Amino acid sequence: MESYALLFGSTLSAGTVLALAALGLLINEKAGIINLGAEGMMLCAAIAGFAAVVHTGNTWAGFGAGMAVGALLAGLFGLLVIWLNTNQQATGLALTLFGAGFSAFAGLGYVQAKLPELPKYAIPGLADIPLLGPALFRHHPLVYIVVLLAIAMVWFLYRSRAGLVLRAVGESPESAHALGYNVRGIRLAAVMFGGAMCGLAGAFISTVYTPLWVEGMVAGRGWIALALTTFATWRPARILLGAYLFGGVTMLQFHLQASGVQLASQLLSMLPYVATIVVLVLISRNPAWIRANMPASLGKPFHPGS
Amino acid sequence: MTNLHKRSLLKAAALSAVALAALVACGKKEEAAAPAAAPAPEAAAAAEPLKIGFMYVSPVGDGGWTFQHEKARQALQAEFAGKIETSLVESVPEGPDAERVLRDMVGQGNKLVFATSFGYMEPVQKVAAEAKDVKFEHATGYKTADNVRTYDARTYEGAYLAGIIAGGMSKSGQIGVVASVPIPEVLRNINSYVLGAQSVNPKITARVVWVNEWFSPPKESEAATTLINGGADVLYQNTNSPAVLKTAQERGVRAFGKDSDMSAYAPKAHLASAEINWLPYYRKITQDTLAGTWSTGQDWWGVKEGAMDLVSIADDVPQELKDKVAAAKAGLKDGSFHIWKGPLKDNTGKQLLAEGANGDHAFLSGINFYVAGIDGTVPGANK
Repeated sequence: MESYALLFGSTLSAGTVLALAALGLLINEKAGIINLGAEGMMLCAAIAGFAAVVHTGNTWAGFGAGMAVGALLAGLFGLLVIWLNTNQQATGLALTLFGAGFSAFAGLGYVQAKLPELPKYAIPGLADIPLLGPALFRHHPLVYIVVLLAIAMVWFLYRSRAGLVLRAVGESPESAHALGYNVRGIRLAAVMFGGAMCGLAGAFISTVYTPLWVEGMVAGRGWIALALTTFATWRPARILLGAYLFGGVTMLQFHLQASGVQLASQLLSMLPYVATIVVLVLISRNPAWIRANMPASLGKPFHPGS
Repeated sequence: MTNLHKRSLLKAAALSAVALAALVACGKKEEAAAPAAAPAPEAAAAAEPLKIGFMYVSPVGDGGWTFQHEKARQALQAEFAGKIETSLVESVPEGPDAERVLRDMVGQGNKLVFATSFGYMEPVQKVAAEAKDVKFEHATGYKTADNVRTYDARTYEGAYLAGIIAGGMSKSGQIGVVASVPIPEVLRNINSYVLGAQSVNPKITARVVWVNEWFSPPKESEAATTLINGGADVLYQNTNSPAVLKTAQERGVRAFGKDSDMSAYAPKAHLASAEINWLPYYRKITQDTLAGTWSTGQDWWGVKEGAMDLVSIADDVPQELKDKVAAAKAGLKDGSFHIWKGPLKDNTGKQLLAEGANGDHAFLSGINFYVAGIDGTVPGANK
């Protein structure tokens, strides 16, 4: 029983990485821009965050550095695709390739660098409850913050005026432009927010989740986050759910192996992907579910005045 | 019109030249061997230094496999200063790129080439057939030719020595391994680690979690977390990053470094590192080549040849265990001790080696079982 509580606890951490990046990419895509550079931004932010913690000793400084680097790279990407109208997919892929190479280069001096040890997180009182304590109340603060963030995002997108404008920009940039909104500016802001969130996820990996720096350590989580936005049909709450599902199935796979369940580990490795297909099939039974939330002009360039 | 054409042609040529120069500059780091100061008359009269090329599969900053090769290359360069000139190309993918880089190394005048990854096997065979005057050294492969040798390290000896410490240090009696890909080399290491632990504590049990990847730090730490949640308190890994060690430190259990000395990553958790040292082999091959006695062959070096060692043993490991490690090491050195000797049974009770029999090379290359004491079944193994 206790090992299941621990399994649940590690699922929350594993899901947090994915949820952070995917929530950022959601805002980005709601504005009509698809950024395939998530993996590259996360890698650059991972080394930036790691380096910042090595020099300052403060994890939050690392998060700040990661968010800054993520936002900066996303800003660059935004200038290219929004003003110069370069192809979004190609530019995003280029950003991923650039990020993988650049982070390796920037990280050369940090390969064996030491991080200060993390404090033990525990919410006083609650952390000592048997079973519930280890499962729910002994996590890094970011694990809770991401839940609050998802709630805030639901409110922002569906209850606030700014969220309405953002969605308008992603659905029909021409109409938003005609109404006098600065479509390019809003899109750039959304892309930079997405970059900052991917940056936070990257810094979380290298400073808290797997506190070390080695080249390529994000290991595909940027791509999973991108897939999650579609999987969740562009809904923040479903992104949170999907992130825990993905994180959880991976952990469950290892858990079953370690508890000696006689199942081929390769078979277990497939589980997260099988889960994705099952959910996508279920959703696709009603195509309106996907279309209802997908930003209509996702990935399409916008030329004002044409 | 013609003028315009000529100009754009020139422009294109200039651009590609710049791009080429940039590529070459990025992909390669050359190191001049001899000091640039006025050469002594003898040196000037002596033959040109032997050019040696190294081809790596990952960046030298990977902290493990390639990092160790690079350390040996630097030591070699220092030892043979003036007589050799080494260069390296890092992050060469296994495939067509490897062939191109090898050809380029031959074209640059390298007479000895070290290709340090299994997947370079076919490219090495191909280029070696064309460049008969160049000697090729291929790490972890099995195909040789008149001018191609293969070499490898007995990493399982390091795993066994680590196991001795694991067996003595585990309080729960349960140890764990984060494993990469189920191939004989990895299974040999896992089993050796457990055999080492059982040599100290026969009751020890072990669990294995497969990541099915060589390198994925987040997954490696998730796998380690699972083993710790299940009660394992000393971890070994056959993956390529220090993530397992780092996770062990966060969770207050112990673990080992592999391939390189990883004590710096997690000083509190680190028990020892099973380190590969390529220098003795590189030294011998360089001497042979310089003396003109190089010949083809297959080498598998371990503790005996100084290619494997257990380093940076933690201070809190009792002297008694350190002595046991030293005794096993001495036995491996003089050949009196065999890790793989009968009687040996797998975890289903099947007899693998009869009383008194030693596992030969064929046995070691075909390991696809867990020894008694490991829970579970080998993924994909025939039952």
